[in-house]
Amino acid sequence: MECQLGNQKPPLFLNFTEMKKRIIIIGGGIAGMTVAGALPSNEFDIILIEKEILPGGHVAKWDRLFPSRRPAKEVLDFVQKSMAKNVVIKTGSTITTIHRDQNLFTLHLNGEEPIVGDAVVLATGFDLFDARKKEEYGYGIYNNVITSEELEQIFHEGKKLTTSEGKTPQRIGIIHCVGSRDEKVGNLYCSKVCCVTGVKQAIEIKEMLPECEIFSFYMDLRMYDRNFEELYYEAQQKWGINFIRGRLSECAENPGHSLIIKTEDTLTGHPLKMTVDMIILLVGFVPSPETKRIARMLDLQTGQDGFLLSSDEHYNDNSTSVPGVFLTGAVKGPACIVNTIADARATALQIERFLITGISE
Amino acid sequence: MKIEGKRRIWKDYQKEIAEDRYFYVRSCVRQNFFPGSERTFLRIMKDELNKDVFENAAHTTCSGIGYHSDIVPFETVMTMVARQFALMTESGYENFTTSCITSFGLYTEILETWQHFPDVELRVREHLKKATGREFIVPKNLSHASDVIFKFRKEIANKAKFKLINKHTGKPIQVVEHIGCHYSRMFPSKGVGGAEYPYVLVGMIEDWGGEVIDYPERRHCCGFGFRQYLVQANRGYSLSCSKKKFDSMAPYKPDCILTNCPGCPMFLDRWQYALSEMEGITYGENGQGIPVLTYEELAGMMLGYNPWDLGLQVHQVPVEPLLDKIGIPYNPEQKFLTLDGMSIGKPETPTFLKFY
Repeated sequence: MECQLGNQKPPLFLNFTEMKKRIIIIGGGIAGMTVAGALPSNEFDIILIEKEILPGGHVAKWDRLFPSRRPAKEVLDFVQKSMAKNVVIKTGSTITTIHRDQNLFTLHLNGEEPIVGDAVVLATGFDLFDARKKEEYGYGIYNNVITSEELEQIFHEGKKLTTSEGKTPQRIGIIHCVGSRDEKVGNLYCSKVCCVTGVKQAIEIKEMLPECEIFSFYMDLRMYDRNFEELYYEAQQKWGINFIRGRLSECAENPGHSLIIKTEDTLTGHPLKMTVDMIILLVGFVPSPETKRIARMLDLQTGQDGFLLSSDEHYNDNSTSVPGVFLTGAVKGPACIVNTIADARATALQIERFLITGISE
Repeated sequence: MKIEGKRRIWKDYQKEIAEDRYFYVRSCVRQNFFPGSERTFLRIMKDELNKDVFENAAHTTCSGIGYHSDIVPFETVMTMVARQFALMTESGYENFTTSCITSFGLYTEILETWQHFPDVELRVREHLKKATGREFIVPKNLSHASDVIFKFRKEIANKAKFKLINKHTGKPIQVVEHIGCHYSRMFPSKGVGGAEYPYVLVGMIEDWGGEVIDYPERRHCCGFGFRQYLVQANRGYSLSCSKKKFDSMAPYKPDCILTNCPGCPMFLDRWQYALSEMEGITYGENGQGIPVLTYEELAGMMLGYNPWDLGLQVHQVPVEPLLDKIGIPYNPEQKFLTLDGMSIGKPETPTFLKFY
């Protein structure tokens, strides 16, 4: 599927001596669209490839964003509008192979003619951790265990939060660090955004269900960015949300489908057993299989955490060991939207410099 | 509860179980606790399934209880286990099958250790050679006896004379399954179904007609936990663990509890009597307890073996209510008689627990 915001449709196979240089952006989420919007479209042909039917990535499924709780759609609209009309967006497209011949990249898509470009940007983002891998939490088994993404969809669709039996939950447990900082599942890294997402979602539940008790179980609360700490204070002082420092050990189901959770309050040093109506698992970031697949085609390096490695984490964090291939956003690891947008704009500058001067670093 | 979620996990934890020619090692304690179980395993394997199961009289304890009680060091345990492997090798077998869950866990731990630290294995081989002159090959296949019964559960179902169906209601018998901690908690991939939702007993229950109860304290310790019982001062904790499980499962009205560990049926059975005497609590219907079975006993029941040949008369919680529900015949007059008709003595009648 191809949608073009303007009338100019550049041929996909080009005589490059006569044409503008072409940049192929793989991934139509916030990162990819920001790169497309930040590049001067009058100087380059820009093609954005997205495997889903609609661009937007994870943000398109999100309701409101931390810390201000502004609607995610606002940011998505802004990023989409920043793209010039002559940016070609190909949706529903899957890359089958990529060939590099000297300084040109030929991308073969499923059932479409190949696309040749001078630079490739990987903006394929991340996947959310599959909570079923934390078997002891019972996701996919117990009816009232849901993920933060599912909760966000409930908010997004304007539905009321209920248990699987249609009852209003009286007590909810929010479980932090699901699939993050967890050696057992092989993910030692912090996913950065889950802590504040958990605080934001706890407040949103209280807004929807003022009578509902909320208990957040955390290892650390990493409120690293501006206004995060303030949100955490608001959650406690204004909304009465309980934060308990302890990791969930297991979850089981009661006869009435409520849940028994076992954890430890590490600040008081006591084991804790509690009945809740539902639990929400704050699932972290994992490298997506699609990113890994495309990275293999381009001979890109990955770190021990499975995310892609740039040329230099401090000085050249958007270029790679392959000249003409650039990375942006969460393909390099967990990142919030603010950082993703900044990173994508930096990527655009680096690509421009590369295509004008031939210097990729 | 979404059963498909469990089935997906079960698919992830399949293990290879040998088809035939098992070198079988007994438990130190099971013949005292539930004396018919190991005999029934051999009977089923040899008489029903025509399998080659070999025992070596020189087999000794693996000292797993000592190891898990912090009494016997790992180096010593490894050399003792190496000797068991040598017995298997000398007997011409390659598939090692244990009756005891703790032994199974210990053998698994040792094989994993040797896989990751080959120098440790070489050192143990030297120790064994110096001490006994013996050598060994590492088993080609290691399984617990419940794995083997699980593997042949459908064959047993085909030969069964009874199903896990309540003959009065026509509904499936409701079964609580309890797995020994050392079966898969240390190495989830070595147990059928993994550690969180083990399938080894569930598979038997389902294929023999019953239904499994998932209750909140399903994962909780049976009450043995080694030091919490072996250290006498800790026994109140042992009892508390068992009580927590009974309190949790009772609302689901289980017809019986199925286990695959030496310790679990012992404590889940005996502590029901202790709790009834201490607090007047009984967990079954009308003052009855919840019968506790080993998987061999249950398989034997399905195959129509005489309940007293299975050793069910030495259970503290009487099994007659379960036999009656399924419709398995038994002669009450023979309950406390030996095979040649001698009395084995009759226990005192409990104060609260209904006795037959």
